[in-house]
Amino acid sequence: MSDFAQDAWGVYIALITVVSIIACAVLLKALSTRRVAKGEKVGTTGHTWDEDLTELNHPLPRWWMWLFYLTIVFSAVYLALYPGLGSFGGYLGWTSTGQFEQDMQRADARYGPIYKKFLAQDVKQVAADADARAIGQKLFLNYCAQCHGSDAGGSRGFPSLRDGDWLYGGAPEAIKASIAEGRTGVMPPQGQLVGGDEGAKDVAHYVLSLSGRTHDSLRAFRGKVKFQTICVACHGTDGKGNKLLGAPDLTDKVWLYGGSEGAIIETILKGRKGEMPAHKQILDEAKIHLLAAYVYGLSPQSR
Amino acid sequence: MLARSGDTLVTGHGSPVTDQESSLYEVRKKIYPRAVHGWWAGWRWAMVWATQIIYYGLPWLTWNDRQAVLFDLAARKFYIFGLVLWPQDVVYLTVLLIIAALSLFLFTAVAGRLWCGYACPQTVYTEIFMWVERRIEGDRMARMRLDKAAWTPRKLALKSAKHAAWIALALWTGFTFVGYFTPIQELWASALAVSLGPWEAFWVVFYGFATWGNAGFMREQVCKYMCPYARFQSAMFDRDTLIISYDRRRGEPRGARNRSVDRVAAGLGDCVDCGICVQVCPTGIDIRNGLQYECIGCAACIDACDQVMDRMGYPRGLIRYSSEAGVERGDTARQILKRALRARTLLYATLLLGIIAGLFVTLYLRTPLKVDVIRDRATLVRETSEGLLENVYRLQVMNTRESARRYRVSVSGLPGLQLSARQPLEISSASSVTVPVSVRVDPAGLKPGSHEIVFQVTDADEPRVTVSEASRFYVR
Repeated sequence: MSDFAQDAWGVYIALITVVSIIACAVLLKALSTRRVAKGEKVGTTGHTWDEDLTELNHPLPRWWMWLFYLTIVFSAVYLALYPGLGSFGGYLGWTSTGQFEQDMQRADARYGPIYKKFLAQDVKQVAADADARAIGQKLFLNYCAQCHGSDAGGSRGFPSLRDGDWLYGGAPEAIKASIAEGRTGVMPPQGQLVGGDEGAKDVAHYVLSLSGRTHDSLRAFRGKVKFQTICVACHGTDGKGNKLLGAPDLTDKVWLYGGSEGAIIETILKGRKGEMPAHKQILDEAKIHLLAAYVYGLSPQSR
Repeated sequence: MLARSGDTLVTGHGSPVTDQESSLYEVRKKIYPRAVHGWWAGWRWAMVWATQIIYYGLPWLTWNDRQAVLFDLAARKFYIFGLVLWPQDVVYLTVLLIIAALSLFLFTAVAGRLWCGYACPQTVYTEIFMWVERRIEGDRMARMRLDKAAWTPRKLALKSAKHAAWIALALWTGFTFVGYFTPIQELWASALAVSLGPWEAFWVVFYGFATWGNAGFMREQVCKYMCPYARFQSAMFDRDTLIISYDRRRGEPRGARNRSVDRVAAGLGDCVDCGICVQVCPTGIDIRNGLQYECIGCAACIDACDQVMDRMGYPRGLIRYSSEAGVERGDTARQILKRALRARTLLYATLLLGIIAGLFVTLYLRTPLKVDVIRDRATLVRETSEGLLENVYRLQVMNTRESARRYRVSVSGLPGLQLSARQPLEISSASSVTVPVSVRVDPAGLKPGSHEIVFQVTDADEPRVTVSEASRFYVR
């Protein structure tokens, strides 16, 4: 495969390389001997600077010179075997991609059996295994901690994985599906339907009342009517949400986007969109299995 | 090396007759050093024994149920008796190199190339290999005759025996070298079963080959052409440095004579021109030409000349350790030795002792626990359902002791900080763990922005072992 737009560049570079190597050999040959008068000893190298400054010849051993020639032979052999001469790939067919794949295969051969062992086990069983948890933690810190935090406690917009509250269910299979396929949670903007700012405030106070928080009961009463016609489709009549849709339970203390009055009004007016990306392209089945077990092991229901 | 032309040098340039190609490289002339015995040879052999007993013996020692000295590159841990060094301890390597450099400065300023003559592996292995050579092929004359002779079964047998002995010694050296990096007892077991790993086998053979080549063939050429230290040590010499010197005033005019001849009447110096000092020289130089860059300071010529002087009934020390200034002034040995205590050597010695003392003090006071705090970067701050603010950190805690320990983590720096972490933290012998921890605080009365907090990790059973590490807490 050529990295050059035109083949001529490859030839150009190969030519420069070959000419340079030959020049090295010629230079070495020319500089390793000196013409002297018959009987004269080689006292200096014959180079003269500043009119009379000469370099004494402290001869290196002959084998040292052969080492120089050896480097030239080495370069010729190297260029024949490995890529380096323009677009010529070398007789060994070595590529950096091939090397990478070989390394990955070696790693698979070494670590594959460990993963396979855990893949064959039930998630709950894996979650109880200390070795599996150590691997799971490393995977989690690599792939999940950027959003969910190193302690899996999440942050605004990214759910906590250790509070026992699950948007899509906390059963092992549901966790695996979330990791592999990803999730898209959409709360559509309801500003118009609920009747603008005032209507949203009414609904917000009803939502506050669902989890027993301080609220304006008159507004909550007005909000309840709107809730039961609009929000009920996803959050249910009792506001407990729907795990099939990922609609959150509004009666508990967990707030993905903030539980203050202002934050709830903003959610109702402008909507929310959360995305958990699918990981099946990045992680293989065994790693997803280990990660699911690690996450399952963090939540209170596993204890 | 540069020189101004003039009195001694005639350049070839401008010469009308230029009809001969001459090589600027020379064919090496093999050196056949003659065996030498005496006081300094005794010291050289003492150093051979001392360095080699340490080198071959050290990896076989056991400490704490493991190899006493093991450089475990794969696990990135260096075990040196009770000490386990981690990559974070690389500063000790720096200190070690500084100590090595200052020692070289000191010893070279006092007595020239002491390192080259007595302790350098190149000298030591050459010494051993030449001993083997002498046992099998005989001394200087016998070896020269053997090399000149045609190939006979006897020559073949002698040469084969020599190389067999050399190769065995070289392979054992290579094996020992690898034994510093991979447990030597297991290495020995797998070597016996001919199941060495490819890299282990490579390094045993490579190091063995280098030993065989350097000590058997390259010898003085390593010092003359390859070694940088050989060349720059001459920059550390001064006029009071002890060097191996020939006493020209006493020796000249040199000449052969019968023992019964009165040298004063015959107008001769003490040098009988026997040439033994040249024959014993491992680098093939004539010390009577003065200090030369090839001289490795092995003192073989001193021993050889002293023996000749004894036989002639002349006083010893025609060739001796002396200094340039000392020879000029005609100082006594005592006066020359006294000059070893001078500003330069005293300064080197003070620095050296100071750094060695510093090294041992810091090693003794070293805390066997290391902590790194890594703040979560994606999530600056989050709010809990109770309205507290929470920051998340990863603590990397390294137990550098060779026993399992329990640690307690605490945090301070802001009023009412709460830490949620697994307590106590159990870490097995010489290993590290990563623990995510979260810190909470009530934001009431706190300014938004970054606040400094300090994590403290303390050995639960030994409160003396404690490490504090600062980090930041963000409030919004």
